[in-house]
Amino acid sequence: MKHIANWALNTASTRGASYADVRVMAQRSRAMSTKNGKVGSASDAESVGMNVRVIADGAWGFAASAELGRGAVEATAAEAVAIARASARVKRENVRLAAEKPVVAEWTTPNRIDPFTVSIEQNIELLLKIDAELRAVTGVTLAEANLNFNRDEQWFTSSEGAEIHQTKLSTGAGYAAYAFAGNEIQKRSYPNSFGGQWQNKGYELIEELKLVENARRIAEEAVALHHADQCPEGTFDIILDSSQLGLQIHESVGHPIELDRVLGMEANFAGTSFLTLDKLRTLRYGSDLVNVVADARQEHGPGLGTFGFDDEGVPAQCTPIISNGLFTGYLSSRETAHTIGENRSGATMRAEGWNRLPMIRMTNISLLPGEKSLSLEQLIASTDRGVLMQTNRSWSIDDKRYNFQFGCEIGWEIKNGKRVRMVKNPSYSGITTEFWNSLDAVCSHDEWTLWGTPNCGKGQPQQVMGTGHGAAPARFRGIKVGSAFKGS
Amino acid sequence: MLTKEQAGDIFDRIRKISSADEVEVLFAGGRFALTRFANNTIHQNVAEENHSVSVRRAFGGQTARASTNKFDDESLRQVVRAAENLAKVQHPDPDLLPMPDSREAGGSDGSRAKVAVPSRHFAQTAAITPEIRAEGVKQIVGVADRHKLTTAGVFSSGESFEGIFNSRGLSNWHTQTSAEVSITMLAADSSGWQKASSPDVANLDPLRLAEIAAKKAVDSAHPRELSAGKYTVILEPAAVLDIVGFMFWDYSGMAILDQRSFLTGRIGQKLFGDNITIWDDVAHPLQAGSPFDGEGMLRQRVGLVENGVVKRVVYARATAVRMKRSEYRDNVGPIAATGHGFPLPNEMGEMPLNIVFAPTGDPKNVEQMIASTERGVLVTRLWYIREVEPFEKMLTGMTRDGTFYVENGRVQGGVRNFRFNESLIHMLSNVEAMSVPLRSCGEESFDMVVPAMKVREFNFTEVTKF
Repeated sequence: MKHIANWALNTASTRGASYADVRVMAQRSRAMSTKNGKVGSASDAESVGMNVRVIADGAWGFAASAELGRGAVEATAAEAVAIARASARVKRENVRLAAEKPVVAEWTTPNRIDPFTVSIEQNIELLLKIDAELRAVTGVTLAEANLNFNRDEQWFTSSEGAEIHQTKLSTGAGYAAYAFAGNEIQKRSYPNSFGGQWQNKGYELIEELKLVENARRIAEEAVALHHADQCPEGTFDIILDSSQLGLQIHESVGHPIELDRVLGMEANFAGTSFLTLDKLRTLRYGSDLVNVVADARQEHGPGLGTFGFDDEGVPAQCTPIISNGLFTGYLSSRETAHTIGENRSGATMRAEGWNRLPMIRMTNISLLPGEKSLSLEQLIASTDRGVLMQTNRSWSIDDKRYNFQFGCEIGWEIKNGKRVRMVKNPSYSGITTEFWNSLDAVCSHDEWTLWGTPNCGKGQPQQVMGTGHGAAPARFRGIKVGSAFKGS
Repeated sequence: MLTKEQAGDIFDRIRKISSADEVEVLFAGGRFALTRFANNTIHQNVAEENHSVSVRRAFGGQTARASTNKFDDESLRQVVRAAENLAKVQHPDPDLLPMPDSREAGGSDGSRAKVAVPSRHFAQTAAITPEIRAEGVKQIVGVADRHKLTTAGVFSSGESFEGIFNSRGLSNWHTQTSAEVSITMLAADSSGWQKASSPDVANLDPLRLAEIAAKKAVDSAHPRELSAGKYTVILEPAAVLDIVGFMFWDYSGMAILDQRSFLTGRIGQKLFGDNITIWDDVAHPLQAGSPFDGEGMLRQRVGLVENGVVKRVVYARATAVRMKRSEYRDNVGPIAATGHGFPLPNEMGEMPLNIVFAPTGDPKNVEQMIASTERGVLVTRLWYIREVEPFEKMLTGMTRDGTFYVENGRVQGGVRNFRFNESLIHMLSNVEAMSVPLRSCGEESFDMVVPAMKVREFNFTEVTKF
């Protein structure tokens, strides 16, 4: 692949680019699903291509092509430079990049079993087994299950001398049982909703998830929700399970700390952020127990935000985001690092594919577990009155990331330290910083899971990216519950 | 760009490689470019060219799909083999139909009406360069500078193709151009927004959009906080489009069969107000998109809602056959393949994608709606809409980029943004006035032809901090 990069870099340089990088990518995916006892979809896809990102006349240009012949590659590089010169017609100042020592490296997602080597028969058999378990429960009207595998191989080369060959592997699996009766549709999902659990690892994830073993319980809960009472409305203490808390972190910490949003670069689509630059190291984001990191390193775990190098060639890092409740860090890039007084990128630039521009994306944004031993059952036992909410059903937050509302698939009312009844349609809402300041307990590491969010959308043209979120169940005091159904 | 003739050659090569009973090949791709600006400067500027070939093979009742963007012989052999490997391990599906021939797909067998779709490829749009887009952005930035505002947005253009060939002789090809301008204007504590798209760039007026967005930002400055509650709202077309878009997944035969549609047991009932009539019409002059579906069936014009009564849903071929055998068959209105299927195999079946709201006999523009409102809220756009409850179609979301208080027939200034929790059934039963439907675009749903709406008792449940 080095020859392709050289064709592009030489052309960019000849045309006057002051900086250029090239990413050549081969992407492969396999998706299989079942629905009500039959294969719903079965598909394989591969996509190969390259892109050139340049700075010329102090402005950015980017062009991508599926053709990898010399003529097409050189034309693509020339187009990128021409686009940069067009960008320069509407600029206020020149782009400047934080220095980064160029690296020559190889990196591959650690994995035990390459999921593409597992037979299709075995995968379909697993999905149909789950499906049968779900539909064995009377009242289940729709059963869906999915398996997904992705492999992205990339060769990154820059005009500064970086040469990085990186292969990332991800695996995802999940299922849902729906129960329709009367005027109501209820749903339960496992291990998480909207695609299940995803991690950057091999097929060993599927073996760890105990998918079949949990299917009957999940189906029974979907049906039982029809007989459950509506979640009460009012102000309660709530306990969020770790998957719901992972999404809460994603929406109310992960997005607002993206420095491109803070600087207005996403104002037209994804929005901006309440975390203006004056809040760095001054804002009390949460209570003393809130410790959040942005950690892309393998030692944090196999999250969807784990890698060796970002798509600017910067090595993976761990950035403290919230330290004992104090806001301490943003997600940055080579272009934006200087705006927060940093002389190096935080290594968060990633692109969906060969035809997309890298942008600031969440890595693994994780709430660190509590230091004192605390299980979920102990947390429930220490709660006088509240609601335990599990598995996301809906999520919404404003374009500065203040006001949010989440719905969950199932809730459990807690009284005097005990789960007393199942409740349906639980939801809660609040203001980001008020919410995180109300946290008064986080379970310890035994309850901590590194969840994968495979569907984070951002950018124009929109890119979908996987992000990781580690969380253990936590309790929040005095939260508004049920206002979603107020007045309906 | 790939031509139909080149695609035909590739299809012939694939057909020779394939040993399947039937083979179908989808082609998609094109050129796309987008100039993105923020802080009154172009900060991202991209272009791409891509194409893909997607092969579906069928052996008896077994089918699967594989795709690649490489067209050399070895890559085509691999993609054919991958589709075969995925298909051959499946249990036969008795619901899988033979692929349609051109007679069935085009309706020349008399089963379906011919729909004439206008050309959607415009040379002027295909010829847009980065310099032309930069010039457009420069004009938008000029408006921002004049109003002492900060602007962000996009100006994009593209040229695309979609094609389908199958071993029963069907071949359909569609080319289209597209252009889009989206503009946000930001002031210290307020913002305004406008967006437009069309296959023909001549229909876009970036300067006018910039002026409207700027006026909204200026007029909504220093927003006051109104308490949450039920208000009469005036929803501009983008707000209508983004919220109503959440119900069209349910206008699907498969969604009824799966019992995941809010229309289950409700087709034939009056769910909405008398003034709500909705069509799916790919041939409408303000619409865009391909005239055929994922199996190559030509899209039909379908009346979904008439004077508030849900009349029917759309069907892929196999869904229509299943529905005719189902317990629902006597209670779902007309059952026939309508040309709305997704490429097979898939779990979702079909969906109407060319929504057109019928004009009312007494249209009112937004200014007239404001003038007739004693106390209400004018909403430019909605944001981050999600389904809270699927059967009453309860949705939540936020207002954004230009929310105004209306009192005694006049806009009184900006207000802090609200969170809503509102049932679509309730909302479309409470529409007091509508404008002439326009081609509109937002961020949460696909482009549609929709009116602005004045709606009573819209349920705002919370207020945010800006």
